[in-house]
Amino acid sequence: MALKKLLGGLVVLGAIGAGGFVFITAPERVPAETWASAGEPDLANGERIFYAGGCVSCHAAPGAADEQKLVLAGGLALKSPFGTFHAPNISPDETAGIGAWTLAEFGDAMTRGTGRDGEHLYPSFPYASYARMTVKDVTDLYGYLKTLPKSTNVAPEHELPFPFNIRLALGGWKFLYLNDAPRVELASAEETVKRGQYLVEGPGHCGECHTPRDMLGGLKTDQWLAGGPNPEGEGRVPNITPAEGGFGSWSAGDIVSYLETGFTPDFDSVGGAMVSVQKNMARLPKEDREAIAAYLKAVPAR
Amino acid sequence: MKLRILAAAVALAALGAGAVVAADEPQVVRQDMMKKVGGAMGALAGIAKGEKPYDAEIVKASLTTMSEVAKAFPDQFPAGSETGHETEASPKIWETMDDFKAKAAKFGTDADTVLATLPADQAAVGAALGVIGPNCAGCHEVYRVKK
Repeated sequence: MALKKLLGGLVVLGAIGAGGFVFITAPERVPAETWASAGEPDLANGERIFYAGGCVSCHAAPGAADEQKLVLAGGLALKSPFGTFHAPNISPDETAGIGAWTLAEFGDAMTRGTGRDGEHLYPSFPYASYARMTVKDVTDLYGYLKTLPKSTNVAPEHELPFPFNIRLALGGWKFLYLNDAPRVELASAEETVKRGQYLVEGPGHCGECHTPRDMLGGLKTDQWLAGGPNPEGEGRVPNITPAEGGFGSWSAGDIVSYLETGFTPDFDSVGGAMVSVQKNMARLPKEDREAIAAYLKAVPAR
Repeated sequence: MKLRILAAAVALAALGAGAVVAADEPQVVRQDMMKKVGGAMGALAGIAKGEKPYDAEIVKASLTTMSEVAKAFPDQFPAGSETGHETEASPKIWETMDDFKAKAAKFGTDADTVLATLPADQAAVGAALGVIGPNCAGCHEVYRVKK
């Protein structure tokens, strides 16, 4: 009898706990007035953020060249230890793409990982970095994406085994890993370093590949930008902190030059997934590449 | 005593032979070739950026290195050299060898063209790099696997 009561009590507690989990971790939206106050998008800045964010690297059709890269038809398969993600169509097509999305819906996806139907999005879409983006930059990017060509392509569904196919569980992931706090506290308060911090930690989402992840796929922020095993396959993603005997031997000028030309200080050319990143970085104003370099020289060596 | 000297000599010879074998492996040969090209690029870029003074001899030597390597490079991929020695060569090289050779040939032709009218100042070296440089990425993006 006592055992039965105890078990019954546990079931009730479990139900309350589960209910509490769902309540606490429900998909969030940004207050609507945030976007209402944003004003008209600045398309030139939107384009700059578009390249800082490297949207084309995942959302252009795989293998697209030159101008075709501006057709954000989706379809790239992103392999991970949790399954294979397929980047969706984010062209302005009203049905296949995001053409019918409001700025608020776009902003919720970008900064809260909340989809149009109020569902949790998978963090393969790096909203855990984009959460640091300013309202202005999200607004300008939204405006710029609207100017790009439409595509009717529908990307495949994500291929995820149980339990990773349960979107509800992503609420727990967000509870642990989604915030807009700085990744590192920097001693330097220089404007250029701060700009670099914004670009690297926010739109540039450099840490999504260059920082190792724990078992749940969250970034090990105490190893910020320290590199690690390549989640997409063999090899390693390099450490880009000023570590002695490693990236620390690159001067700020070397980093700027690499991001602009794709050549390392030894005149090897950029490789792997960084190829498309570098092409995007080359489209930024030079001051942004200099800011990124200044920040990478300022972060703690790991 | 004689025996010890003999043993030492044999050991040394074995070491030397080992080193020679390693250096002859096509994977190592082609890696060294790419390093030479990297060094040549660095020399030209130093001049283009104004970090080093213009020097016609260095420009000429650098371009000659590129031209020579471009011509010999595709021959360093015999069957059996697909893996090992930390090679970053993509299997695509062997799948589309004709295209791979064509890319190497274009690199060589570009180097020869620039060499024929030797860049005469800093700006001309910069312009030459604009012609030659894209060959590196153009080939690496398809045929080199970065690990």
